[in-house]
Amino acid sequence: MEDLSLHILDVAENSLAAKATRVIIRLEEDTQAKTLRLVIEDNGQGMDKETLKRAVDPFFTTKQTRRVGLGLSLLAQAAHATGGQFSLESKPGWGTKVTATFKTDHWDLKPLGDISQTLLTLILGHPEVELIFIHRRDNQEAIFSTEKVKAELNGWLLNSPQAIPLIMDHINKAMNL
Amino acid sequence: MPKLTIEELEKLRERAKKATFLRETTDYRAKITVHMGTCGIAAGAREIMNAFLQELQARDITDVLLTNSGCAGLCSREPMATIEIKGQAPVKYVDLTPEKVKQIFEKHVLGGEIVQDYALGIGSEKTDY
Repeated sequence: MEDLSLHILDVAENSLAAKATRVIIRLEEDTQAKTLRLVIEDNGQGMDKETLKRAVDPFFTTKQTRRVGLGLSLLAQAAHATGGQFSLESKPGWGTKVTATFKTDHWDLKPLGDISQTLLTLILGHPEVELIFIHRRDNQEAIFSTEKVKAELNGWLLNSPQAIPLIMDHINKAMNL
Repeated sequence: MPKLTIEELEKLRERAKKATFLRETTDYRAKITVHMGTCGIAAGAREIMNAFLQELQARDITDVLLTNSGCAGLCSREPMATIEIKGQAPVKYVDLTPEKVKQIFEKHVLGGEIVQDYALGIGSEKTDY
């Protein structure tokens, strides 16, 4: 993965594959502590203890189509490469929470990439899912929510081309704190 | 209350028509599915999704569904997309680039003609979800 926005897309796609109806993505920058914390939580089917234990193993997957499961292990590696941390919480019926913390002053920190394109791709692919993006930098915070956008769409669907300028406008507002 | 002109009524009708866009899952003439597994994303699937979106927006097309799916197990041929014209068998395209997307969109989605040079085969596949 070239940048963090692609990791976010990948992990959120896991949430959607786990039948989540709500996905919350948090991006928290702490300029004093020089950290970037990424949290992706969902209300999907969750994992049992055994699956959770093996979830970061690249040679473990629950998928039927292939024998490797690189998504979480690549994100964990990207966090560890900066001296950061990675954690995973999950319970069947509760959902899953993925947390990756990066040291922003480390050489190996990947660029953030295009968060807007990641969010738009998730919305277009899964317009029925409630997506919330919370962007925090120190004491400032902005929230993007598909429910808020829907309220302004006057009947247009989230995945209609006509809705895209409004979605992008809301995302850009959340990105530019 | 001021009277509505024919033009205004026409605009309202058009708007109401568009508002029902893809409300029903069967209400489209073509479906484009971009494969968005870890392998697809690492190979550029998001860019491919965006390229299809640009084509839809540029032509103001509202009856083509753009969506995504998981990994289909052919990771080495990503980015991949499946085009399904209503009433026809789905066609899977592999090793995509934005330039190929443009050709596939014009010839297959709009013209109904399969771009054989980029197509892997005809038929559905099993994906992760």
